[in-house]
Amino acid sequence: MKREAYLIKDVRIFDPALKLDQTGDVLLRDGKIEAMAKGLKPEGDLEILDGKGKVLVPGLVDLHTHLREPGYEHKETVETGTRSAAAGGFTTICCMANTNPVNDNAAITQYILQKAREGASVRVLPIGAISKGLQGKELAEIGELKQAGCVGISDDGMTLMDSQLMRLAMDYARGFDLPVLTHSVDANLAKGGAMHEGEVSCRLGLKGMPAEAEDIIVARDIYLSGLTDCHLHVAHVSTAGSVELIRQAKRRGLKVSGEAAPHHFTLTDAACEDYDTHAKMCPPLRGEEHRQAVIAGLADGTLDCIATDHAPHATVDKETEFDQAAFGILGFETALPLSLRLVEQGAVSLERVIQSLTSSPMAILKRPYTGLQVGAVADVALLDLQHVWTYRASEGFSKSRNSPFEGWEMKGRVLGTWVDGKRVHQG
Amino acid sequence: MALKTPHILSMSDLSREEIEFIFQTTDSFREVGGRAIKKVPALRGKTVINLFFENSTRTRTSFEIAGKRLSADVINISKSSSSVTKGETLLDTAKNLVAMSPDILVVRHPSAGAPHAVAKILQRARVINAGDGAHEHPTQALLDLLTIRDHKKKIEGLHVGIVGDIAHSRVARSNIRGLQTFGAKVTVVGPKSMIPAGISALGVDVSYDLAEVLPKLDVVMMLRIQTERLDAMPFPSVREYSRFYGLNPQLLKKAKPGIVIMHPGPVNRGVEISPEVADGPYSLILDQVKNGVAVRMALLYLLAGELESVKGEA
Amino acid sequence: MAQETEKLLMDAAQLEATLQRLASQIAERQGAEGPYHLVGIHTRGVPIAKRLAALIKNSGPIGVLDINLYRDDLSAVADMPVVKETSLPFSVDGAHVLLVDDVLYTGRTVRAALDALFDLGRPKKIELLALVDRGGREIPLQADFCGKRLSVSDREVVKVRLLETDGKDEVVVAQGAE
Repeated sequence: MKREAYLIKDVRIFDPALKLDQTGDVLLRDGKIEAMAKGLKPEGDLEILDGKGKVLVPGLVDLHTHLREPGYEHKETVETGTRSAAAGGFTTICCMANTNPVNDNAAITQYILQKAREGASVRVLPIGAISKGLQGKELAEIGELKQAGCVGISDDGMTLMDSQLMRLAMDYARGFDLPVLTHSVDANLAKGGAMHEGEVSCRLGLKGMPAEAEDIIVARDIYLSGLTDCHLHVAHVSTAGSVELIRQAKRRGLKVSGEAAPHHFTLTDAACEDYDTHAKMCPPLRGEEHRQAVIAGLADGTLDCIATDHAPHATVDKETEFDQAAFGILGFETALPLSLRLVEQGAVSLERVIQSLTSSPMAILKRPYTGLQVGAVADVALLDLQHVWTYRASEGFSKSRNSPFEGWEMKGRVLGTWVDGKRVHQG
Repeated sequence: MALKTPHILSMSDLSREEIEFIFQTTDSFREVGGRAIKKVPALRGKTVINLFFENSTRTRTSFEIAGKRLSADVINISKSSSSVTKGETLLDTAKNLVAMSPDILVVRHPSAGAPHAVAKILQRARVINAGDGAHEHPTQALLDLLTIRDHKKKIEGLHVGIVGDIAHSRVARSNIRGLQTFGAKVTVVGPKSMIPAGISALGVDVSYDLAEVLPKLDVVMMLRIQTERLDAMPFPSVREYSRFYGLNPQLLKKAKPGIVIMHPGPVNRGVEISPEVADGPYSLILDQVKNGVAVRMALLYLLAGELESVKGEA
Repeated sequence: MAQETEKLLMDAAQLEATLQRLASQIAERQGAEGPYHLVGIHTRGVPIAKRLAALIKNSGPIGVLDINLYRDDLSAVADMPVVKETSLPFSVDGAHVLLVDDVLYTGRTVRAALDALFDLGRPKKIELLALVDRGGREIPLQADFCGKRLSVSDREVVKVRLLETDGKDEVVVAQGAE
């Protein structure tokens, strides 16, 4: 097999976690960043890329995705989902447990990892279930899940409503040093809800989910984190209330982190106005005050990372009545340009955006972060921050098409993604 | 004059002038309804499909009679007879029906926005929303507005109370929009648990006290308590609801002289309205039903024209 | 918009004289058959019927007929025609109806009016009066009373203007399509 080697010349080398921002040449060879300096003249067979005006960043990391395999291969597979992730600049992604069967035991975890070995473009780190079958009734075999390769546990898609079971899960996970990732929607308070509860839901006659349904669960879980000393990672934070709760928890020194999804800091519930089912997700798109709070949380580090909540669905699940439609949208290929909009708007620094997509999620997973340094694993992405293009879901790599950003003008494009020194995407 | 909107999905699609025009047309159809032979050939050769995914006797019958009095071919498809029960999606059902070239689809559906979804896929046929979830029921609002105008001569400046489960009521949402288009003041009344969050979006006054508001009202619309549509009963008991929010003869004594009482039906006698009041002199309930046919005839007639874009292709 | 050239066919005095002549013909025949029920076809048939009724001292109510719901071209139009009032304040059953219209052309309006009348009852007899018959019939049908007969091409338009509807009395022929 031919060895892959790349020399990216005159590129901006940007890794805020390592306080690195300089121009030079980068040599990727044998799966490693072999050299980084100005005017490299390496020997051997290699592909030379002109990096002038481009930015090389560590490969992006996504804590929150749905690869749908096993069970929903008509929506996505490990192969197609990771291919789409590579196109988005991601090199490591975590996949949630709500497959069919649910990833609540080692066999499923091994199956997913086997699929990843066979055909994944990027690194796949499974998240195991908290409760068996996501039923919220009894604990999954959390220890075995970890042994099989799970990096965290979550009942994502559902909220574990039984506070006693949640306490047990967090106590137990603490012992195995696993973070608990939570989906925070009070199932009773938000029952039957199809979108955010507010003026838009009132006008449309759709049942709403109040912001408080999220706040209540986030507050509960923060208390439980304090009680159990377990790391709580609040997934897809969508309300001003949750942002503030997490901010306070961090001030008190609790092991709490949070993530923001691009759709929550880009869109509001106004996107549901025409009963567009591509604007339906859970937690739902909220009002402008919530959107601003999420952006502020991301800017000041209250929300540690950006995660896509990539949730592919087949046309049949979306081309239907709004209240019957599935929750969720595609995320990989729009995450970076949507995040860069915040930089463009002056709301969040480029450093924060890149950190929140690279070193921050790795820290939550307690995995070593090597970043852009000589000798590090060559998981990198080459970006053109100025490139303007039009997003078309049909031109993407996911099996599904469910995106509210269809036809949007995007600024910032992934020109190449390397995992372990191998080029997995060329844009 | 013609209607600007190709479909009747929401009362907010209709301007005051357009509603006045619909009423003017309705007047002609009321004359037809008074004849011995209640039929005109205007829509001969046109096909109207009543696509009802939710049970309804009153509205479906009203549309059916309206279509037949215009000589249209009217086909009724209900939930039980449609292939939706066989797993076909709403849009596939609609696409299949459209392939048979109907002119107008009258859609009733338990999901808000379903008629919008149908309208989006149509090239040629028109959609009339006959009630979608808790969103809108525009033809009900039109017949209600017409009934009010018949009895009060004008709608502008009136104070209208809408009483009951506002959160789940499509009739309330359509009437609020229509009444506001005509410059009426609307107060919604009900237990707070039945007033939707975000009600400020609708620009209405809110009251939780019917006895206090009633003396100020020119028109009171009582909504049906739809126990079948509530996830959890938002009030302790029917008895208690009736006591605080039911319209009975004692309470009616507090009302302005000349108040008119409306109800979209079907009435829960003794719950939201007592039988004496429902059948009493201030009640317009049967006028509403009667106007329903004429209003729907007017809408079917006005929507039966070929879309310009389609004419261009031909 | 190009300026239309109009040629005067009848001025106010001539129109008045024509109505007088028609009135005397009606009165003459009415004597034998009993009083007519005058029914004007929207729009200008209505004031003509009213004027004739005054001239023949027929104090019975005037019927108003809108034929739009009976038109034979509805299936193809884009904007459905505005439906106006239909009001026959007498029983059509057994009545002797005199239908009144301003211009008789293809005959399709009268055909629609006849259908409308039959939906309202079973008249004993129906006769037709047109202020102007411009020829060009597409249906075998003729007027029993006619103010003026013309032969004009399809590209010309005969316009009757009346004080009640247009502010002045005259009949003109306009060139070109409307």
